[in-house]
Amino acid sequence: MKPKNQRLILASAALIAMLVAVLLAMWGLRSQVSYFYTPAEIASGKAKPGKAVRLGGMVERGSVQRQPDGVTIRFALTDGRARTPVVYRGITPDLFREGSGAVAEGRLQNGTFVADTILAKHDERYMPPELGNLSAEHKAGKTLEK
Amino acid sequence: MIAEAGLAALWLAAGLAAYQFVLMILTLRSRLEVARPMRGVAVVQGVLALVAFAMLLLVFARSDMSVALVFENSNSAKPFIYKVAGAWGNHEGSMLMWVTILAVAGAFVAVFSRRTTERTLITALGSQAILALGFYAFLLIASNPFARLFPTPPDGQGLNPLLQDPGLAFHPPTLYLGYVGLSVAFSFAVGALLTGEVDSRLARAMRPWVLGAWVLLTLGITAGSYWAYYELGWGGYWFWDPVENASLMPWLAATALLHSVNVLAARSALKAWTMMLAVIAFSMSMVGTFLVRSGILTSVHAFAIDPERGTFLLALLAMYVGAAFALFAVRGATLKEGAPFELISRESGLVINNLLLSVVLGIVFLGTLYPLFVEALSGEKLSVGAPYFNSVAGPLALILGLLVGIGPLLSWRRERRPVFKQLTIPALMGASALAITIILAPSIAILPRLGFTVATFLAVASILPLIARNPLRAPLATWGMVVAHFGIAVALSGMAANAAFTSERLGIAKPGDTLSVGPWLVQLQDLTPTAGKNYTATEAELRASRGQGPVTLKPQTRYFSDPPTETNEAAIRTFWNGQLYTVVGKADPSGGWQLRLWWKPFVTLIWAGGGLIALGGALALVGRLWRLRRRRQVSADWRKERYA
Repeated sequence: MKPKNQRLILASAALIAMLVAVLLAMWGLRSQVSYFYTPAEIASGKAKPGKAVRLGGMVERGSVQRQPDGVTIRFALTDGRARTPVVYRGITPDLFREGSGAVAEGRLQNGTFVADTILAKHDERYMPPELGNLSAEHKAGKTLEK
Repeated sequence: MIAEAGLAALWLAAGLAAYQFVLMILTLRSRLEVARPMRGVAVVQGVLALVAFAMLLLVFARSDMSVALVFENSNSAKPFIYKVAGAWGNHEGSMLMWVTILAVAGAFVAVFSRRTTERTLITALGSQAILALGFYAFLLIASNPFARLFPTPPDGQGLNPLLQDPGLAFHPPTLYLGYVGLSVAFSFAVGALLTGEVDSRLARAMRPWVLGAWVLLTLGITAGSYWAYYELGWGGYWFWDPVENASLMPWLAATALLHSVNVLAARSALKAWTMMLAVIAFSMSMVGTFLVRSGILTSVHAFAIDPERGTFLLALLAMYVGAAFALFAVRGATLKEGAPFELISRESGLVINNLLLSVVLGIVFLGTLYPLFVEALSGEKLSVGAPYFNSVAGPLALILGLLVGIGPLLSWRRERRPVFKQLTIPALMGASALAITIILAPSIAILPRLGFTVATFLAVASILPLIARNPLRAPLATWGMVVAHFGIAVALSGMAANAAFTSERLGIAKPGDTLSVGPWLVQLQDLTPTAGKNYTATEAELRASRGQGPVTLKPQTRYFSDPPTETNEAAIRTFWNGQLYTVVGKADPSGGWQLRLWWKPFVTLIWAGGGLIALGGALALVGRLWRLRRRRQVSADWRKERYA
């Protein structure tokens, strides 16, 4: 290989590699992305049933019910405007509690959100950014209730 | 007074960094003599940054609540080690640690680096100072770690209990040393692009830094993975969380750089490409810092959500990365062409390694940042999770694993030996591993099955470079390479075993009840309340048995009061062939307790492999430095004799 050709080949190989990366990524992103919704958006029918999505809201006070099998819980997530019932089988995360923010990953089935994973905020000061606006709205909602 | 001294040291260090910048400009515009103070100033700047960081450690150690940062992140009841570690368990402190390491690395370069020309070195030190200057400005303007509170509060708010763990004392400093070690490679590249002296001497000057940074990144990622595994209680070792990706991206770039810098050192080839990678590697470190510290991510690592800081960091990032790429665009094309090589040669092998690593890097980068782009553009919120990364990057990693076995057998410039003959035994072993998994475990998924195949092939093939010659006389760097490549095979087989054979059991148990998981029978014996220094806990006593004598595990659920938090402390028992992982959850109204049990065959191989990879890098680093010292001694002796 002549040095000049070599540089050309290397440069084009690098370009092709980058192109492959972008194409692979696009292909993967198209099929594997999950969208984030609030209960109000679920209520308005934005999420297709059966598709993997994420649902974020505050755990409604008084809604958490443990099922007789001991490991399944039912609760509702709310954003102050609408509520979505959620069912989850597993140990809830450390900071999952009523009145606190949580994100559920899973899919909608017959109006109930079946969660594979529950994420809660990590500590008292930390709040998932996705829930940041929500809690302000929720607080506003609560003052209205009063 | 301590806090004020720290702040003063920070201001002085910033001033000196600005002075270094001026010296660098003068050097580039006129003669070299102007920059005589450069090395000395770099050392003093490093010492001042170190003083500032020491002052921060001191206020944390003394629980001085009049300092806002201590009040917000510490508590006088905390164990002493977490008081000190708390100094970097927060936004401001961790940024101060970052810039301190940056400045000290610059000081080390000033004292020890003698391989490049003086001109390149001066420019590199200038570049390192500009990097430091930006982060000093960030600290002094937007995140002063020494800000005072008045009146002094009685006690602090405490530290996130998840962070109260020995892992915290070790994990961030290791990763930061790795990130910032790459800054030296970046600065050398910028220096050499400015002076036009990209050659094998530059590569040799850069190499120990790249190797050292890479070893620490590997250790940091491995430790972080194990930390997440036992601390979060989710039983997983890698979640493709954006913050994990933030540490993986510089690692991928550094791995590519590590290999291409060898080509530049040995053969003076791949000049532009290596400079490009050096720029990318540190850019990825800064992207990582930006992602983690700007608070745009949902993570335990996102300390503070403050848009001003995020914007400042983003501006710094854009400025540095933009300037470096602009410099590369202008000067990269003027570099002389490197030495030629044939299509089948060690060089080509390393080019392919680099391209594949770059593709994986691109995929991880796009997947990590895509949600941010979409949200910025359309306001829609989405997330990219493990399925994307596993399905796209997984197969590429397997191809890479195959090539890792082949590359080191090729010789420089042109291949004359029948390499593929040597690969017969590894290929046969890989094929039989495939056959065995098909017969013994017909139902496992395709990716772990191929994982076992590639791991077996690689484990055998990676040893060949040592067997080909006398292993005892092989250079330490060759040993390092073999150990690291073997480590990849070990880690890969651990990941495949974990994906294929993990059994999980989630159930509810009253004292006396038994649950089964994998080959184990686990009986809940008893539950006892217990307490630590700053928490109370419920401890479950589990008796697990599988044929032979039972073992006892004691997982806990802990309740912290400052700040109010619950954590699960998993109890993990390691056996030669796997780990039994147990978590106790919440009480059930009926008097039972939630138990989550995993049997994870050979999962420990993942971290053992990570450790081996780091060990390999460390061996290569020691080998290189040793050789350098001996060569210096020889030439010194020779000079002595000559002038005697």
